[in-house]
Amino acid sequence: MERNLAHIALFAALVAVLGLVPAITLPFGVPISAQSLGIMLCGTVLGARRGALAVILFLVLVAIGLPLLSGGRGGLGVFVGPSAGFLIGFPVAAFVAGLVVERWSAALPVVAFAGAVLGGIVALYAFGIPGMALVLGKSLPEATLLATPFLPGDLIKCVLAALITRAIAQMRPGALLSRG
Amino acid sequence: MLTLTSPVDTPLHRWPAGAKLAALCAVTVLLFALDAPLPLALCAGAAGLLHLAFGTAFAAHALRLLRPLWPFAAVIALWHLWRGEPQAGATILLRLFTAVACANLVTMTTRLSDMIATLERLAAPLSRLGLSRLGLSPRALSLAVALVIRFIPVLSRRIAQISEAIRARSARRPGHRVVLPATLAALDDAEQVAQALRARGGAG
Repeated sequence: MERNLAHIALFAALVAVLGLVPAITLPFGVPISAQSLGIMLCGTVLGARRGALAVILFLVLVAIGLPLLSGGRGGLGVFVGPSAGFLIGFPVAAFVAGLVVERWSAALPVVAFAGAVLGGIVALYAFGIPGMALVLGKSLPEATLLATPFLPGDLIKCVLAALITRAIAQMRPGALLSRG
Repeated sequence: MLTLTSPVDTPLHRWPAGAKLAALCAVTVLLFALDAPLPLALCAGAAGLLHLAFGTAFAAHALRLLRPLWPFAAVIALWHLWRGEPQAGATILLRLFTAVACANLVTMTTRLSDMIATLERLAAPLSRLGLSRLGLSPRALSLAVALVIRFIPVLSRRIAQISEAIRARSARRPGHRVVLPATLAALDDAEQVAQALRARGGAG
């Protein structure tokens, strides 16, 4: 109980802090930050349930008014803005990434990469794109077009998530709760 | 740590947080139900006047919070001008800016402590529904919120140290190379916090 709570809280803090790491902003304001890498790591390191709870806790802090999203955004406004769907998809992304690592027993880097892609891209975009379509009054294909600039950066983050998860398994074998 | 609560005191600061959240829900539903530029422009005007009534400093602060929306606004404006549908574009933009501004208004006029108190009240019925088995008891929730707020500056300082160490031995920018040591730090801190919690009688 205490161990779960501490891991959930510390990883929520990690996601918040990774949003402060200087981000590169692509043309038309797509921020590439380490924050969504943190979301993937919540899943691949903590596992499905704890990972999703860590991300939900992070979102609760954003909602009650802390400027913790990358770029110093926060408050209730971000939940009705164009990226609201992505925010709602964040815990699902962590859950899916964690589920893949928990259930599929192939080599860890492969599994962690697959989890990061299925969670951090497939599941996340499945929420983010309809959200953007709704708020910006666009059709789904049009919103998909608006989301594609995120894709190369997110694929790089999936590779990083896999490498970091493997490195953690090597350095702290007992700490990888997803494979506990 | 800085919060988004406005230092300019307004009458809205004294409203209960729950009432403001309920009003926000109603306004947001209304904004998404309206589908023509004119009523939405009236709503936007009313929201703007409400902000100005609390002073220009307050309104300027609110305007700064809307800055992340401008790239989206540019894309939407260009798109609809190119398609020759300025009315549809105006509807979307008015709704977007008004909805985000109203939500930010609640954030700006509610103190963090009031928000946390409301959160605990909202979590209480959830735990009675049997979600406490999922670790969602109000006490665990407020403990977790406090832990995150406490550990953000700790991890932040750790990342700054790691970046300095990387810069000391490499000419390249630290970038993503801080993420692995930062994650290890979070894992190690979590183990220590868990032990400390158990030693003090647990989180139950």
